[in-house]
Amino acid sequence: MNSKYKPNIIAFLCNWCSYTGADLAGTARMKIPSSIKTIRVMCSGRIDALFVLKAFLKGADGVMMMGCHPGDCHYQKGNYNTRRRYVLLDNLFKTLGLEKKRIGLWWVSASEANRYAKVTNEYTEEIKKLGPNPTSEEIFL
Amino acid sequence: MAKAVKIKKKTEEGLHDFLKSLLDKEIIKGVFILKKMDKTGAVSYSLITDPEEFKKAVPLYPYMPVNAGKALANFTLLGKAEQPIAAILRPCEIRAFVELVKRTQGDFENFLIISLTCGGVLTLKTISEPDQDKLISQYWESVKKAEVFEHTREACQFCEHFLPLNADITVAAVGKKDLDEECLLFLNTPKGEKFAQEASGSSVSEEIETEKVQQLKKKREELKEKYVQQTETGETGMKSLVNVFAPCLGCHGCSHVCPICYCTLCEFDSKTLQYNADGLSSDLKRKGGLKVPSGNLLFHLGRMTHMAVSCISCGMCSDVCPVNIPVATVFSKAGKSLQKVFDYFPGKDAEEPVPGGTYKEEEFAEIGEQ
Repeated sequence: MNSKYKPNIIAFLCNWCSYTGADLAGTARMKIPSSIKTIRVMCSGRIDALFVLKAFLKGADGVMMMGCHPGDCHYQKGNYNTRRRYVLLDNLFKTLGLEKKRIGLWWVSASEANRYAKVTNEYTEEIKKLGPNPTSEEIFL
Repeated sequence: MAKAVKIKKKTEEGLHDFLKSLLDKEIIKGVFILKKMDKTGAVSYSLITDPEEFKKAVPLYPYMPVNAGKALANFTLLGKAEQPIAAILRPCEIRAFVELVKRTQGDFENFLIISLTCGGVLTLKTISEPDQDKLISQYWESVKKAEVFEHTREACQFCEHFLPLNADITVAAVGKKDLDEECLLFLNTPKGEKFAQEASGSSVSEEIETEKVQQLKKKREELKEKYVQQTETGETGMKSLVNVFAPCLGCHGCSHVCPICYCTLCEFDSKTLQYNADGLSSDLKRKGGLKVPSGNLLFHLGRMTHMAVSCISCGMCSDVCPVNIPVATVFSKAGKSLQKVFDYFPGKDAEEPVPGGTYKEEEFAEIGEQ
């Protein structure tokens, strides 16, 4: 594996927990890999399965979905819907034989700057091992 | 053993006469049924109120020009049927209707649902063949023997849910050797029993799930394995998925005929997900080539996230596909796996919520905590 390979990871962060957590990680000067491209959404429940699919098919090497821990959602129940949506996508990827690891769901609360740094670093390492997304080279999409 | 009525007539004729007597006595005001259009062999679903017009009706004709669940939802969208109507539906069409009722797109009230133990339907392509009559008689022969008929839809060939759910009356067809001598109607509900009093037949007690029915179920399960393997999307997932959907013209016919795809404004028909010029040129630089118009796989996978969990495997999508993509097989496979995860059987119960619209707080607790 080319050690210079830098994956492209799209992270959808919910405004109230994960984005604030990521912000805190930045203020605390924690090291966040530059492979992470964040997109802020008001609630993880806003992350449409199509957002994830489109990012994946456009060649993103990994797609992270992040939101508040279950029970902590700013809108009471948005993240429960996200969780079902992730299960759906995950199962679809499994059935169709696509690389399941390219999508993931993590709960990161506003105070968990450490956890944000940890999961982003770990996921980047994992994607590095996996290599580039084959869809980025695929013409017939 | 189940309650049944036996009419000493050819099955199709017996059913026809039974419905006509209901219509004549004005116990029902209309029949939703397949009607034959002159000699061309073309059939269409029609709502018939005139007993004279009813003569052209062909119940149990082995074609599905449109999924009747979708058609029924069409005219109960704004409210229930005002007067009692009998509807002849195939098991998958009832399931489709239930799924639509669940999504507040239709209303079950005032319908007498009549279904059959289904041998499948012939592909729409065979409707214009010159020897169509011969094909249909061959079809009925194979139904009598409880065999899988090769000219039926692929989705029908591997359908193991051919015993209807939520039907008031079930017509025995699969594995019934004496189809041409007698008509056997199973009465599943009190409503069915009430209406069946008008049938000129004798009450009997019969088994609906006969040995032949079980045999066919087994045969079809085996075929499912085979078909799913043919469209295998195993280890080399992306490549083979691209291959399966490569011929797609992007006509979106599969979504337009799909009973579950009920949205009036489909996201995929809008420009929302279309790639813009900027995105295309950056893609082009990276890949050195581009399919135009692109977004095929996004359409199919996206549609899968929307409706596969409710896929009732009617096979309309494959049947209308102009380039013969086995859409139904892939969707059915994806659907079955999703239905297992969410413990859901589409079309079973109109009160059961759709998995995508509900959740349990305690489920999937380990996800997201890694």
